[in-house]
Order: sequence, then structure tokens, then C-alpha cells
Amino acid sequence: MTWTHKNLLGLEGLSREEITFILDTAERFHEVLDRPIPLVPVLRGKTILNMFYEPSTRTATSFAMAAKRLSADVVGFSKASSSVKKGETLLDTVRTIESMRVDGVVIRHSCPGAARFIAQRIDAFVINAGDGAHEHPTQGLLDLFAARKRLESFEGRHLVVVGDITNSRVARSAIYGFSTMGAEITVCGPATLIPPHFKKAFPNVSIETDFDRLLADADMIMMLRLQLERQGKGLFPSIREYRKLYCMTTERMKKAKPDVVVMHPGPMNRGIEIEPAVADGPNSVVLAQVRAGVAVRMAVLYILAGGELEH
Amino acid sequence: MPERQLADAVEINRMITRIATQIIEHNKGSENLALVGIVRRGDALAKRLAAEIKRLEGRDVPVGAIDITLYRDDLQLAAEMPIVQATSIPFDVTGKIIVLVDDVLYTGRTVRAALTEILDFGRPKIIQLAVLVDRIHRELPIGADFTGRKIPASTSEIVDVFLEETDEREGIFIKKKEPEEG
Repeated sequence: MTWTHKNLLGLEGLSREEITFILDTAERFHEVLDRPIPLVPVLRGKTILNMFYEPSTRTATSFAMAAKRLSADVVGFSKASSSVKKGETLLDTVRTIESMRVDGVVIRHSCPGAARFIAQRIDAFVINAGDGAHEHPTQGLLDLFAARKRLESFEGRHLVVVGDITNSRVARSAIYGFSTMGAEITVCGPATLIPPHFKKAFPNVSIETDFDRLLADADMIMMLRLQLERQGKGLFPSIREYRKLYCMTTERMKKAKPDVVVMHPGPMNRGIEIEPAVADGPNSVVLAQVRAGVAVRMAVLYILAGGELEH
Repeated sequence: MPERQLADAVEINRMITRIATQIIEHNKGSENLALVGIVRRGDALAKRLAAEIKRLEGRDVPVGAIDITLYRDDLQLAAEMPIVQATSIPFDVTGKIIVLVDDVLYTGRTVRAALTEILDFGRPKIIQLAVLVDRIHRELPIGADFTGRKIPASTSEIVDVFLEETDEREGIFIKKKEPEEG
């Protein structure tokens, strides 16, 4: 396999072969995590810069851990989003990065396209760790990795994504990733949380507002985090009603396939979008997703930093 | 360039029998012994050696496999992304006599990487090295404890070991390197 991409900015545009290559490589790193010394020297001497302009615990930690497990040096900064304006500040950042001579940059930013903006201006490779409501490719990859452990193939399998579709980069990366791998996708949520242009942007994805109608047919159900700060903006009447219509409960699990795979990107609002008994139950791969996250990020760092690029 | 056959399947089998015998003799038995093959051909050879030791000693010797891709010192020089293969050492290496197995010993860099990797799994009592072919031309101070055959080929030649398990044919072959293009 010859890898031809300098950066990982999204799952949009990646081929099935490329995604499979990343997932297969991640399997090997998953095994490394089980070793007495879970560390390999493959990226010794490389420096990875973690730039988190948005608060993040799990993704930032996961990326830092992945880089360290590969023996790379990790430097990073996080900045409260409120004080950062894009344009000039990001450009300044670019100059800073260039002068520091890092090999790779992991960036999270509230502006869609921020990762691309940086990638076009520096020599180092760039990994998008979430840019606004656009994409979060390593999340999509870890979802695929965790689901693949349960399902042999994605061909013809049905993925249902439930929640705030409008504001979710997790949903977008999942749609690109899972559809490339052959899955059929339905998004589900209150009509106010599904963007009006959605059908145009994703003609192959179905839209459904009634969660209960999808349960019997779903092979995978991805519950998105309800951003509680959005409550009171008139997008949905109340948390209580949202829970009633869209929470993954034990009652709803009874109507689903016995081997349905339940995913959640975290952090979970237990009892709002997912009941604790489901989150901790046998169908849930929530913890497997977290572990997959480190392996998948190791694979992406390794692939982007390791091989020769074809020009 | 035509390739020339240096050994066939029967001869390879004799080498394996001899190496297995030497391993047992050198270690005064097969107790506490474990084999680790370097994927992919060393892995296949380690399994054959284990079968031979079982035949001679009646004891099952644990066999592991390692892929050294993540420990290579030339990743930047690789033209194509090497696919990382599975490493699986399903036993505790600490305190064991480990015999590392590979098909060809040449520069010694693969063995160097394998040693580093094994040491990340624990602290073996001893690590020994068994190879089917020793090509000399070392770039590192590394030597084989058990050798099938010494082949002092020049650096302009390629020595290939093919095994049924990995190549669907068997034998040791030598050929001239193709002249570099361009």
C-alpha cells in the first residue's frame, strides 16, 4: 500500500482501501497496548505538537498517549476558545510552528476548516482533531475500529446516528467513514437538530425523526452527546422530552437486534441520551471505543510520519 | 538474471534437524526453552524447529512471533509503507532461554531490532540466534549461535530463502541484483 496523503483532515475522500489500511495498522498497535512495556521506538526523534483551541480531555489525552506510545516527543498547548480569533492568530501560530520545526501537528479548533488552513501553510503533517461541526476523522476511525470488532463487515449493515446532527462533527465523520465502508446510514433526531440542507449534502443518508421506527433494523446505533448548553434555545422543548423520544433505554434495547452495537463518543450524559444500564451493558462498545482511540491515533501518526510520500 | 539453487527442501529439512539437535545439545535439553521467529519466514522456521524438538525431546516448546517493523532503523528509507504484521509472544519471556529464529542473517540490523523488541517484553535469561543462512557482511557486532549454512555471497547478489508455508515453493537461491534503473 502506498500512502499518498500528507495530512488527515477528514474521512471525506478517503477510499475504502485507505480506511482499511489504517484500521489494519491500528490492530497491530492495539496489540502493542497489551505489552508489558506498551511502547515502540518507531517515531523516536519526531516531535508532535498538540494544539487544542477548544477544551478537550479525552481526545487531547488520547493523542498525547498515542504519540508517547510511539516514542515521539509531544509538546502542546490548549487555549480557551473564547480569546482566540482565527485569521491573524492562526497565522501567527503557523509561523510559530514553522520556526519550532515540528514533524506533525494535531489541531482542534472551533472553526471548520482550521486544520486545512494550517495544513496548506506548513511542511509538517496535520491531523484534524475536530474542526467545528465539520469533521473529527480519528473519532470516525475509532468508531469503525470498535464496531468492526463486533461485525465482520460493514457491507449492507445499517448505522443509525441519533442526536444533534447539526452540530456534530462526530456524525459527519461517521457518515463519511461508514458509508465508504459500505454501511447504510440513517440520521435521527428532532427536526430542529437536523440541518435543512442535509438531504442535499448527503443524498444517500436517510432522515427519520421517530427513533422507535429504526430500532428493529439497526445493526449499529450511535448515540451523540446532547450538548446541554443548547437547551433553552428553542431547539427542543425540554430535556425530559428529548429523553422520552431519543434516549437509548433498556426498553428500546428490547426492540433492537440482540447483537446491535451501541456506540457513544463520550462524554456521556447518562440518563439523557443513554441509560446507564445500556451504556454499561453487553451491547455497548463505549470503553472499547476509548481504547481503540489510542490504537487508531497511533496508526495515523505512524502512517503520516513514517512512510515516504508519493509525490 | 537466472537464479541458482543452493539447497532444496530435503537439504533444508536436514539443516533444521541439525539446528534443533544443536539447540538441545547446547542448552543441555529443552527445558525452559522458547522459540521466537521473526515474521514471516523466521516464524515458519521456528514452528518447524519446535516440531523437530518435540520429536526429539517429546516436549512442547512455546513458540512466538515478532514483527520488527516498529523497531526498524530505516523506516524513512522504505519506499513503500511496510505493513505492520502481528507480534504475538503468548508466554512470559522473563527467565527463559529464547532462541531467536530468522531465515537469513545479513547486516544484523533485523536481529538488533528483534533483540530490542524482545527486551520490551521482559528479561530473558539468555537470547540465542538460529538462522538458516549466514551471509556474513555484518554491519553490527552480531553473530549466530546456530547456522544452517554459511553463504559468503557478495553484496551485489541476493540470497533468497523460500519456504512452503510462505512462498509455496522451497529452497535457497542466489541471483545477481538487477542493475539499478535510471
